[in-house]
Order: sequence, then structure tokens, then C-alpha cells
Amino acid sequence: MEILPNISIYHYVIVSILLFGIGVVGVMLRRNALIIFMCIELMLNAVNLLMVGFSNMWGDGKAQVFVFFIMAVAAAEVVIGLAILMMVYRNQETTDINILNKMKW
Amino acid sequence: MVTEMMFYFLSFVAILSAIMMISTKNPVHSILYLIVTFFAIAGHYFLLNAQFLGMVHIIVYAGAIMVLFLYVIMMLNLNEDAEPVKSKYQKISATLSGGIFMLVLVASLRSAEVSLEKTRNSDIGLVNQLGKVLFHDYLLPFELSSILLLSAMIGAVFLSKK
Repeated sequence: MEILPNISIYHYVIVSILLFGIGVVGVMLRRNALIIFMCIELMLNAVNLLMVGFSNMWGDGKAQVFVFFIMAVAAAEVVIGLAILMMVYRNQETTDINILNKMKW
Repeated sequence: MVTEMMFYFLSFVAILSAIMMISTKNPVHSILYLIVTFFAIAGHYFLLNAQFLGMVHIIVYAGAIMVLFLYVIMMLNLNEDAEPVKSKYQKISATLSGGIFMLVLVASLRSAEVSLEKTRNSDIGLVNQLGKVLFHDYLLPFELSSILLLSAMIGAVFLSKK
């Protein structure tokens, strides 16, 4: 179970949970859409860290390939998201999610 | 001993700068703290002997995605004065519910009994080993991800043109 000397997989799980939880808190705490995007990136990275830790524990490279794919998807997501945000800002002059509620029922 | 110290140091830096990222008001500072977090996570990857992923992480996140974020924030001219803040009540409830979420995850971890035999093959993170897996078992997803990136690029150009 030990990955490094005296460091088990549980340490990595705890670190990942903390990072993921901070990302969740950030999504709920902030109103700037850009910061919310960044918090989503943080959550993706917490999961990536966990997957690399488990990959090292099992001695299996497949999880690291999936981390690679997650990075590709995250890059595509950020590009599209920022483009949409730019367009919204051009029309509405704000990135505040409390003002951007036109699609609210 | 050194690797143990490195683990705790990197975890501390990552979590502290993540907390700073969500608590600072200036969006530019937020991004800089997030870059620090990403470098700490890259350090974790190197510590776990995943050199390829560590390099890719630095190049993709610190090199491309964060520069894109910084560029957009500078272009939109967002600063501390324009930053919207939630009410105190909302902040407290958000932090509380996030803390409860973390508590639930940790509690479920404690009750999960994992008993695994150790199968050590420390070379899996090297480019040599990872390339074999990537181009042998996952060739089709790899090619499809190129289509994904291409469509993302076209979509970004299409969305951001007037």
C-alpha cells in the first residue's frame, strides 16, 4: 500500500479530497464566472492526482493514459468556455453569474 | 525521509494556495495562486515517478490554460473593484456545506477497507512505457481526442468572431 516510504495511498486520497472540496467551495463562494471555471479546473486536477496515485500503487499505466485524456478534454472545455464567456461579456458587459440569469426559468 | 518531507511540503503548498485562490478578491491574484497549485501538483507527479504527466501538466496547464485565463482577464479588464461578492450568509453556508462534503468523503474513506497486494513497477510513468500503452491499447481514443481538440479550436474561432 505504500507508494513512497511512509506515504500510503490514503495520504494522496486525503490531499485529493481537500483539493476537490476547496474547488466545490469555490464554485459556491464566488460569483465571477471566470473564477468558477478555475475552480472546475482545480477539481479536475484533484481527480487527476488521485488517479496518478492509484496508478502508481497498482503499477498500471492505464490510469495515467486516462489522466492524459482528461487533460485534453479540460483544454477543449476551457477554450470553448472562455470563448462563450468572451461573447457574453461583449453582449452583457459583465461576468457576474447573478446578472447572467436570462435562462433562469 | 526527503521524499516524505517533499510530499508534505507540496501538499501544504497546493492546499494553501488553493484556499488563497478562492479567498482573494483580485482575479489576477487568483490565477497566480492557481498556477502555484498546479506547479505543486506537477511536483506530486514527479514524486510519484510520472515524469511524462508532470511535464505535460506543466506545459498544458501552466503554459497554455493559465496563460489563456490571464489573457482573458486582462482583456476583460477585471479587477478588484469590479469583482462581485456574495453576502456573508451565502459565504458561510457555502463554506459549511463544502466542509460537510469533505467530511462525508473522508468518513466514507475510513469505512472503506482496501486490502491490496503491492505490485510495484516503478517505470510506468516514463514516456517509453506510457507510449506503449497509449499507442497500443488506446490508439482510437487518442485519435478521437485530436478531433475533439480540432472541433474545440474551430468552435472557439466561430464563437469569438463578431
